Amino acid sequence: MNFDPALILASLPDVATGMAITILMWLGGSFMGLALGLAVSIARRWGGRWARLVLDAYVGLMRGTPFLVQLFLLYYGGPYAGLDLEPVQAGLLGLTLYSAAYFAEIFRGGFEAIPRGHVEAAVCVGLTQAQIIRRILLPEMTLLVLPSLINMFTLLVKETAVLSIITVPELTMVITAIGSANFAFAEATFLLAVSYWAIVEITGLIGRFIEGRLGRYRLV
Amino acid sequence: MSEHAAAITLEGVGKSFGDNRVLTGIDLTIRHGEVTCLLGPSGSGKSTLLRCLAFLEEHTEGIIRIAGEPMGFAPAADGGRKRLPDAAIGRVRRNLGMVFQQFNLWPHMTALGNVAEALRLVRRMDRATAEARALAQLEHVGLAHRAGHYPSELSGGQQQRVAIARALAMEPKIVLFDEPTSSLDPELTGEVLSVMRGLAQEGMTMVVVTHEIGFAAQVGEHIVFLDQGRILLEGRAAEVFQAPRHPRLAQFLQTYVDRGASLVLQE
Ligand SMILES: Nc1ncnc2c1ncn2[C@@H]1O[C@H](COP(=O)(O)OP(=O)(O)OP(=O)(O)O)[C@@H](O)[C@H]1O
Ligand SMILES: [Mg+2]
Repeated sequence: MNFDPALILASLPDVATGMAITILMWLGGSFMGLALGLAVSIARRWGGRWARLVLDAYVGLMRGTPFLVQLFLLYYGGPYAGLDLEPVQAGLLGLTLYSAAYFAEIFRGGFEAIPRGHVEAAVCVGLTQAQIIRRILLPEMTLLVLPSLINMFTLLVKETAVLSIITVPELTMVITAIGSANFAFAEATFLLAVSYWAIVEITGLIGRFIEGRLGRYRLV
Repeated sequence: MSEHAAAITLEGVGKSFGDNRVLTGIDLTIRHGEVTCLLGPSGSGKSTLLRCLAFLEEHTEGIIRIAGEPMGFAPAADGGRKRLPDAAIGRVRRNLGMVFQQFNLWPHMTALGNVAEALRLVRRMDRATAEARALAQLEHVGLAHRAGHYPSELSGGQQQRVAIARALAMEPKIVLFDEPTSSLDPELTGEVLSVMRGLAQEGMTMVVVTHEIGFAAQVGEHIVFLDQGRILLEGRAAEVFQAPRHPRLAQFLQTYVDRGASLVLQE
């Protein structure tokens, strides 16, 4: 069996479609997860005891079970609970619920790292709790967690590979299909690795650019 | 309305953190226009007392009045105390400005933004008006030329002056300082103390926790010496620092002399 680069070139259009779907699933699930995670972290902190209890359980569950198992439950178990989803829908929902738990933890850490004095200074000049959350805590927290957010985004790119299990036609599914159709597993695997690596590198570049731009707001 | 003549009064104020008693039986009157310096060894309860005045800590006993109004707790008919609603606490707090040892500037806002923030959100000024006011306030502490800089781009002394401007912008009647120069290098301490000296000359009522004995002796009019959560002695600066001093105070001051501080007391 020899390595045949021509095969890679021939399948590039299919790979491009798979990559587009991977990126859509990734960004869609991650940004919805980001928004949900933020809501969860705020409700956990300021929403009272019951909200905290329920949401702690949610976060614990999502972080304590494999993403693969969560997806199976959602896609194959969902219909029993009246939740009949297309693969892409189940994939997006699964990624959102999964990533939201991690994002909520990142945000919690960020809120806790803000010096208490920054809030006391705001209280002393008369800001209300809502104003303090919106104008002081959210922006400061965002600056603190930026590196962790970027890290989480790059981890999530790779988690999208799991979506092939529920037949979402993303990169991993497309490329493994090409590989088995042509008995060219080495070429396919190589291409797969390079594709994810490219996405991760580009994300890292964007992340470092944003971090650089925000450098002057550094905590002092 | 004799009690309104006082800026702050404390009657039997105590504070415990759980089993840990930090303040006991504090009776104190702070008059308008005076600079009161709170001195005492580390752990004697100075910060806690100051934070109770702003209700950043809740005192567990007694009544505190700011400009005649009870802060946090009011005397109840049954002789106990009743907790006041948050809105009432916020209203009383408007009499106060607070300056912290760690400056506590908001890192994501410029110097101007830090000062203008509450003018916009609390005073509901439009942006232009708030920023004009904030700039005037920065001018007052000699930092108008740094208005566009972020805290990370300012020296410690400059940051503390911005923090003072932020407190003053809200036009408090009383400003509380908790060791405003303790995290500054000696060269930067002077610029902050001189802003405070100017404020004292303008007649601002100030309560200052400080280890700057020189400042206390020169600018302080009313000296309160705390030891183990009690007021050990208080009085006019001239009396308190006059020999023969209270032995505990003499011992306390000696530690400063040992560290090379010059005690320029009566001038
Ligand atoms: N939030 C808190 N919880 C529990 N104990 C506290 C708390 N804040 C202060 N204390 C305790 O109260 C006592 C007095 O502390 P405080 O900070 O008021 O002293 P201080 O006179 O300001 O000392 P320093 O000169 O070191 O700043 C200390 O024993 C401290 O451990
Ligand atoms: Mg202290």
